[in-house]
Amino acid sequence: MILGGVFWPLVIVGLLVLLPAAASRVLPQLLRFAVLFSLPIAISALLVNLFFYPGAQTVIFRLGPITATAEGLSFAIEILCRIAAISGAVTLFYLTTKPSELVLDLERRGVPARLAFVANASVQTVPAMAERAQVIVAAQRARGLNTEGSVWRRIRGIVPIVGPVMLGSIAEVEERSMTLESRGFTHPGRRDLLWSPPDALWQRLLRWLLVVGLVGVTIAHFVGWL
Amino acid sequence: MLKLSLVSYRYAGTNRLALRDINLELADGEVVGVVGANEAGKTTLCLVASGLAPRSIGGTLGGSVLIDGHATADLQMHELAALVGICFQNPYTQLSQVADTVFEEVAFGAMNLGLDRAEVIRRVNEALAAIGIAELGERDPRRLSGGQMQLVAVAGLLAMRPRHLVLDEPVAQLDPEGRALVADALRRLAAAGTGLLIAEHDTDLLVGLCSRVVVIDNGSIAEVGSADEVLVDPRLEKWGVEPPARVRLARAVAAAGMTAELP
Repeated sequence: MILGGVFWPLVIVGLLVLLPAAASRVLPQLLRFAVLFSLPIAISALLVNLFFYPGAQTVIFRLGPITATAEGLSFAIEILCRIAAISGAVTLFYLTTKPSELVLDLERRGVPARLAFVANASVQTVPAMAERAQVIVAAQRARGLNTEGSVWRRIRGIVPIVGPVMLGSIAEVEERSMTLESRGFTHPGRRDLLWSPPDALWQRLLRWLLVVGLVGVTIAHFVGWL
Repeated sequence: MLKLSLVSYRYAGTNRLALRDINLELADGEVVGVVGANEAGKTTLCLVASGLAPRSIGGTLGGSVLIDGHATADLQMHELAALVGICFQNPYTQLSQVADTVFEEVAFGAMNLGLDRAEVIRRVNEALAAIGIAELGERDPRRLSGGQMQLVAVAGLLAMRPRHLVLDEPVAQLDPEGRALVADALRRLAAAGTGLLIAEHDTDLLVGLCSRVVVIDNGSIAEVGSADEVLVDPRLEKWGVEPPARVRLARAVAAAGMTAELP
């Protein structure tokens, strides 16, 4: 009874998230990342619904003044299923799609080059800043900064690291923007792209099938079939 | 030809002139070195010569800067980019950060000019070959050494086929191997007819590369002449410029009362 309402959603998650992840050989990473990202919200959703579901009657067990109910558990599992679907889909996308290819394809489909550049540069900046932060952490540690130990000590250690990371990045912005200008970045009009990401017929068909499936599931939900 | 006539420049928010009454010409295929102490005005001269100042960074420009007869003030940045390229000293900031391969990185500027794909590919292949880094084509540009990154930056400018290149301390952050790579590449560019304006502390880089050398002191041209004359001028150190190693060695030998024939 408890799993009855989530049988089909679980099947869909299995078919559309876990199966493609396994085929792409990223299933272990997907499970790890998806669980890590969704764990805090999943735990809170489980506890809140299990113990505080309004109007629930079927008691599973009591824990002092609070009561775990079957209705709450059932609803919590539904919520967990949705969280799993969202985090799984986002993680699958992250693990199987190179940002540069995504942006290239967006530009090929008419997204302005500047917008595509900003999107791509934003994503690419994250690992660059992480690398810079590692260098600065090493440099600050070499100068006696202690970033290990108690939480307070760790928090105090953040300030001398974040400052140089941010200031260094800001200082580079002017030179980087001048470099872009000197490389014709402000040229109006569309660019002839060097290549397009592979997009086989079966991939296009599958995408359309997903769209049709989404519409079908939505209709089925509203007419009460799902 | 790149021609600066009575150029003065003041940065936004300051009253002090960073450049004063600069007259300088860079003919097609000519290589001119610019030396001077820190804060003398070398970088400012590069920014003005490339049209980035004041168009991109603000400030006030006096006099005229002409590139192939066109005043930089009358040109859009993308039009300027096709005429003159600029390379800064930090190789990391030269990268677009959005290319996964050196080939794509070098193609970035040429693609921006609106060229068709076949022409871009042709130019990139030629630029990589001219700089001598064709074997790096498939590498991730963010994983290269500083010297290799700088070569990629120069190749990227070259693929845009500017008539002139302005280089602001192109080897300042490089190790000896990186310096040698960039120096070789610049020699090849000069031999191919690209006009080069090179602001550089390392006078050894300028020996044998530049036909003329300009000394900048406190925003003004203190001396200009052939490289053979300027780089042995005894006043160089007074202007905050270290003479080339062979000149220092010759002086040390002479000071020790010995004589030596240097190559």
